[in-house]
Amino acid sequence: MTLRTALFLAITVLANSGGEIAVTRAMKDIGEIKDFKLAALLTVFKRAFHSGWMRLAIGLLAVGFFSLLALLSWADVSFVIPATASTYVVGGLGAKFLLGERLSPARWAGIVLVSVGVALVCAG
Amino acid sequence: MVFSLRLKTYIFLVLIVLFSSSGNIFLSQGMKQIGAVRVGSAKDLVRLFVEIFSNGWIWMGIAALLLFLGCFMVVLSWADYSFISPASASTYIVVPLVGHFLLGEKVPPLHWVGIMIICVGVGLVRHTAPSTTRKE
Repeated sequence: MTLRTALFLAITVLANSGGEIAVTRAMKDIGEIKDFKLAALLTVFKRAFHSGWMRLAIGLLAVGFFSLLALLSWADVSFVIPATASTYVVGGLGAKFLLGERLSPARWAGIVLVSVGVALVCAG
Repeated sequence: MVFSLRLKTYIFLVLIVLFSSSGNIFLSQGMKQIGAVRVGSAKDLVRLFVEIFSNGWIWMGIAALLLFLGCFMVVLSWADYSFISPASASTYIVVPLVGHFLLGEKVPPLHWVGIMIICVGVGLVRHTAPSTTRKE
């Protein structure tokens, strides 16, 4: 893995984790969606996109998106996409400390296994 | 129609995997057509943006990823991020399979071992409660 690939991979992972945590925060503020009709969903999305958390999420996900685009222009999709799975570890920590989710030992074990899988993918 | 929390979470997980996998594959196709990114001046940057946003694969990728975002937002209104994020890792099976069989990319054996371990991890996560913060 070149230094350029490692740098863009780190930017992609951090920006995507942060963005997804911000999306979660925005949606938890809105509350559980129970009406799945298109009009109702559009109203929810409109409300969500007016929240500060969602604006932060869009900014971070845009950084992650363009960083991923750049990565995909020189690296194989079958390497890039598995390697970005380290988002799980960063996301698990973010969910616990920023969102107050209770991560059971089984969930942590799953996340650790995912990170081991990612290490193998990167080493391969 | 009323679905249980677990069932509706799984339905949205399938949609998330579908849209996320296809979105990444479409973007990859688009960027491979454009070639390696080299930006030496502002003119290069403008040319790059024009190339990116006039490519059909890129637009299909953006459409698929917007649908992914919509499903992701809906499911996160009730489910844990620490459940949804790892549980949606089936993308890591779908994308290398498509990369290998449709795009002709080489997937080394160790990648496959890593992908299988990721799947075991995802299996463990899927046996946990989809939400630990939900108020009844």
